[in-house]
Amino acid sequence: MAPLAIRACTATSAVGPGREALAQALRDGRSGLRRNDFGDDAGTGRLDCWIGRVDGLETVELPTSLMPWDSRNNRLAWLALGQDGMREAIEAAIARHGAERVAVIVGTSTSSIGSTETAYTALENGEFADEFARPHVHTPHSLGEFVQQATGIRGPCITVATACSSSAKVFAQAARMIAAGLADAALVGGVDTLCGSVLFGFNSLQLVASEPCRPFDASRNGLSLGEAGGFALLERADDGDTGLQLRGYGESSDAHHMSSPHPEGLGARLAMRDALARAGIDAAEVGYLNLHGTATPANDSIEAAAVASLFPDALHASSTKGWTGHTLGAAGIVESTIALIALERGELPGTLGSNTPDPACGPQIRFAPQRTDIRYAMNNSFGFGGNNCSLVFGRA
Amino acid sequence: MSISQAPALTAHVDGIGFWTRGLPTWAAAREYALNGTQPTDAPARPSPQLLPANERRRAPETVAIALEVAMAACESAAREPASLSSVFASTHGELAITDYMCATLAADPRTLSPTKFHNSVHNAAAGYWTIGTGAMRPANAISAYTASFAQGLLEALTQLRDDADAVLLVAYDGQASGPLARMAPSEGLLGGALVLSREGAGPRLQARLVPASTQAPATAPLSRFASANAMAPMLPLFDVLARGEGTAILPAGDTHDLHVEVTP
Repeated sequence: MAPLAIRACTATSAVGPGREALAQALRDGRSGLRRNDFGDDAGTGRLDCWIGRVDGLETVELPTSLMPWDSRNNRLAWLALGQDGMREAIEAAIARHGAERVAVIVGTSTSSIGSTETAYTALENGEFADEFARPHVHTPHSLGEFVQQATGIRGPCITVATACSSSAKVFAQAARMIAAGLADAALVGGVDTLCGSVLFGFNSLQLVASEPCRPFDASRNGLSLGEAGGFALLERADDGDTGLQLRGYGESSDAHHMSSPHPEGLGARLAMRDALARAGIDAAEVGYLNLHGTATPANDSIEAAAVASLFPDALHASSTKGWTGHTLGAAGIVESTIALIALERGELPGTLGSNTPDPACGPQIRFAPQRTDIRYAMNNSFGFGGNNCSLVFGRA
Repeated sequence: MSISQAPALTAHVDGIGFWTRGLPTWAAAREYALNGTQPTDAPARPSPQLLPANERRRAPETVAIALEVAMAACESAAREPASLSSVFASTHGELAITDYMCATLAADPRTLSPTKFHNSVHNAAAGYWTIGTGAMRPANAISAYTASFAQGLLEALTQLRDDADAVLLVAYDGQASGPLARMAPSEGLLGGALVLSREGAGPRLQARLVPASTQAPATAPLSRFASANAMAPMLPLFDVLARGEGTAILPAGDTHDLHVEVTP
């Protein structure tokens, strides 16, 4: 594929707002996970688990014009848009191309459903109370619409919702849209926030660990849920560009099960192979792979086997869920940002919280960080429904 | 380059699937659009043969209708479903499950059903489709409010332009329920699917983004038949497809419409 320039990139997660906080936490091995303190502790009580919660969302104040979209999820979108020069980069793209030639393509799994959940706890005569009766919040496209309103972008606006691959797939969709000439630039990214649906939902599937998650550890027993938001601004690369680029994407379906990965990781392999092919590089040229690595028993061993089938032993691959938790529909953008940090600074993160390697996992899976310059970095994001996406990043 | 100069994307419509209560096939919908006649024995619910009988009854309505129209489109295109990448567009997803999730979380969150939870993802229909057909090709699932169909169509057309020979587009919305119904209104059950190809035998479709203009409410037969469903914005195109040629203007967002021209 024709490379796409990444003019700006940012992620806000439990380790703090913006890329520098993320890079610092990765360097220091400081986890953002905390004992679950989310939501009301009355009634049935909170689940006994650890979460990656973003501080300060309760006090974020949106401008009056954006209040119709006020929700925890859109507040996190607002917070993330304010980091790392993202607003300036968006304004520059609008100035270069015109607002109608810039697209918004953002991913989420649950969008603003936290607000819908809250509305259901305070129904008046079976109806939403006035303060919750804001129709544009209670629908999946709440996120896309909010980002469009918050940025002044006027091009095509789409919310991608393929569960935990959402904000990786946005890169692929944006690449196709720009290649087809429907837009000259695209703001991609994703936001997901903690809510009852995902906490009690993943709990109902018995996939949540009671201790901080331990990806690829022999004793791993489930994931830690987190919330995060992030964005990247993509444009056609120019001759003479320097800087970070999207070089390839690969998408596939497991065609196996709604909530369990394909036992041989066939879908994961297809996505990774396709991403490498689009980038026109050999697997041996990849220096860092950010794994999906949720710390569920099934995901990690299957993903490790898929990686071992494609990559040489020298690959440095790791899961960063121990820092952020599994941020679901935001995992793609957060972990792409981590891959880009590795590419830019040569700081390859290890796997926080994990000590005992699972013998079923190959030598590519690294627990310790490493400092080395690399040419290409990759990110894997896999979602429910067997929905897989891999991305390849490089430098001009 | 301004939007008015946006390039046109083209495809051939090789297969069409359609289902709504009262018009349970594309043949029935076409007959109604052209002659105003309706079948007398239409089923109340789609019955997608792709699912085993026990799952067919239990499947969320939006999953059932998506699978039904997707398979019908593949059959009429004589395409092997597993060979197609797919784009699923839905405004709200399965509203009955969203209502269930929120009501259960408010009442007794620890009793949440794991099946309902994994069926609550917006890509549930895409997941069941790829599992049922064995399709390992990419599957996308999007929402863009009233622009959901137009943006789904654009995504399918850009996939064709990229590297796919043929793409399946599936669009659907279901019945709103519970307190959420006033926030996310949608009546009945409506689904449409197209198999789009680069070089197929079907009618040619050409789509171009144009500046948004105020459209009078669509008055063609199918547009009126299911006007209260959240996926109704797709119906002007199906009215045109029923006639075999013509132009449909579809909402594509705050600033755009999608101008879609169909020629035999």
